[in-house]
Amino acid sequence: MLNSQLILNQSIVDDEWTFVPLPSGHEEIKKQAGKVVLFKLTGESLPSELQINETVIPQTGKIILPLSVYLKNRDALQHRAKNNEIALWIATHETLDPLISAEKDINIFPLIAVFVERFQDGRIFTLGNLLRTRHQFKNTLRAFGDVLQDQLFYLKRSGFDSYLIKEGKDPNEALKALQSFSDPYQGAVDIKEPVWKRKVRS
Amino acid sequence: MYQYDNIDQTIVNERVTQFRDQTSRYLSGKLTDDEFRPLRLQNGLYIQRHAPMLRIAIPYGLLSSKQLRKLADIADRFDRGYGHFSTRQNLQLNWPKLEETPDILEELSKVEMHAIQTSGNCIRNITTDQFAGVAPDEIIDPRAIAEILRQWSTFHPEFSLLPRKFKIAVSGSKQDRAIVQAHDIGLEFYYDKEQKMAIRVWVGGGLGRTPILGSVIREHLEWEHVLTYCEAIIRVYNLHGRRDNIYKARIKILVKALGVEEFKKQVEAEWLHLKNSPNTINEGELKRVTKFFTQMPYEKLKDQDDAFDEVNKNNKAFASWVKRSVHPHKQKGYRSVTLSLKPHGLAPGDATSDQMRIVAELADQYSFGELRVSHEQNLILADVKLKDIFKLWEKAKAHQLATPNIGLLTDIICCPGGDFCSLANAKSIPIATSIQEAFDDLDYLHDIGELELNISGCMNACGHHHIGHIGVLGVDKDGSEWYQVTIGGKQGNDASLGTVIGPSFAAEEMPGVVKKLIDVYIKQRNPEERFIDTVRRLGVNPFKEHVYA
Repeated sequence: MLNSQLILNQSIVDDEWTFVPLPSGHEEIKKQAGKVVLFKLTGESLPSELQINETVIPQTGKIILPLSVYLKNRDALQHRAKNNEIALWIATHETLDPLISAEKDINIFPLIAVFVERFQDGRIFTLGNLLRTRHQFKNTLRAFGDVLQDQLFYLKRSGFDSYLIKEGKDPNEALKALQSFSDPYQGAVDIKEPVWKRKVRS
Repeated sequence: MYQYDNIDQTIVNERVTQFRDQTSRYLSGKLTDDEFRPLRLQNGLYIQRHAPMLRIAIPYGLLSSKQLRKLADIADRFDRGYGHFSTRQNLQLNWPKLEETPDILEELSKVEMHAIQTSGNCIRNITTDQFAGVAPDEIIDPRAIAEILRQWSTFHPEFSLLPRKFKIAVSGSKQDRAIVQAHDIGLEFYYDKEQKMAIRVWVGGGLGRTPILGSVIREHLEWEHVLTYCEAIIRVYNLHGRRDNIYKARIKILVKALGVEEFKKQVEAEWLHLKNSPNTINEGELKRVTKFFTQMPYEKLKDQDDAFDEVNKNNKAFASWVKRSVHPHKQKGYRSVTLSLKPHGLAPGDATSDQMRIVAELADQYSFGELRVSHEQNLILADVKLKDIFKLWEKAKAHQLATPNIGLLTDIICCPGGDFCSLANAKSIPIATSIQEAFDDLDYLHDIGELELNISGCMNACGHHHIGHIGVLGVDKDGSEWYQVTIGGKQGNDASLGTVIGPSFAAEEMPGVVKKLIDVYIKQRNPEERFIDTVRRLGVNPFKEHVYA
């Protein structure tokens, strides 16, 4: 179950999107191979064909699809995409390459979400940064999954503007964490210039 | 030294507030153990064998006397009146109370200190040469760059939850004293043919379970790009480093798996996107930070002092201390002085709060109110007038800070081991003290000469045993503690990893084993030859044969 209360642009709103999960894998998990040349085993699963095929895509409404499911059903979903009904989610261990090679303009998606399986997985920050800077994604970038208020400041700085806080945690309390630090040192996605370019320092 | 402006101070103050909130959420049950763990670790707070352990950051090993006095007060008020200086140039408190750590941070913030990123899977405290700024062989003073790196890495949003810890060392001298080859990134500064500051970038070094010396991935990097090039390296690592197995998660494993050339190719490709981005440093910012590290107000002095020469000639105890503890200095009439935290029979690297106060006083009196922590776990007064050295010695000696063993066998580098650390497989402090006791004859110790003995209580290698001339590693065999011995390790430009001499030993055998190693060396050495050079010349076998005979 996901928390229904969502932080968007620093306030709490209802989530208008329906999350489409991947069905749990019945077959043996395939290790992701060759993510990097010669680096054969990162120990993470990629969705199997069976999982992709068994994913139930709601026929109406705004839906967040797994990237793999979207790519498989891309043609059939084009009309809904034009209606701004299709968003994507990716896992932190996925690369952006399939998305970037499939879509010339990723701004056709009003929302891209990144799923964090484990709080400690900091790949989400690099993914956010790449989506915002290298791939110029301008719409809503959401973090969900094992998301605690303690990541929010870093997520904000990495280009995220929407956070679905882990179930059981108070999103109202989480809001204040967006303001943990008033003047960060280094340039990042949100504040590009490092502090010594923004301020006169003694 | 660097002094905070209101921006630095605000960040540290906001950190205190943030960590106070995190601690209180944990104590009230709003955060689970698993959730709190990465948060507390990024603040240097461990749950240890007997109590929490708090690791306080000493950026690039530089401290003011005021800060050291505050550390002494904190050790008295919140701990048991002592602290442990670590091989990472930090200070560890062994007995703080978890619920009091926010108060400790608040006290630290009053003297521009903190515990940010002293642990956890993030960019750790930047380390450098303890003689930075004063060493005669220095090409570039690395401290301003180290401070720039400190600021850039503090709460770096993209690299706050890496696959594993990440350590960066900076060196700017001919002789590397920062062990750049044993770090995730080693930055070696030099002047290029155009007399412009440049960096040789080492990557993928590290000790621990899989010791590997780093490789150069870029021979020449213009200094302006230091941050963006590090960003490229760490970004590649963040995306592709393993997260399924913590023992294979360090960047060195990725570099090894890919090969240096492929890793370099990926870094360079990434860097093309980052080069000249806003985190590129410019001359103005370098100058601003450099002015905090400009030369001390030195007096114009002769490089010789009659009174010093006289007492050095007539006082044998003083002379033997001078020989080991007093180091050359850029400035005429000045020397750097190492205060030994290795008195025989006590835990290496420990200092009592009284000793901290004494050192602070000595720093004020004799060294412009500053001191440094070395990765060898000693304290250094960097700017002492030649004519003050005798007075300094007398005061230091009265407080057990002048053991004349710097660079000798009993200047043992040693982690806290099984007495304190919950990771340890074996104790290390009792091994260090038993070896110190076995080599209590100072004349003999000086005759053996330069020798680095490093002890780690487990394969995480906090005692840097792989690069000790003699390395001792505590191992667990069927629930009992054993010790594996390596020889031939070395730090510096010609760094090497030690070779295991054979099966491990029981604790009580260790002083005897070291004695036997020394016997072979004494018998086989050429005149003026150091232990390490004899080992390199002869190989392991003669040592092995004698030890196991």
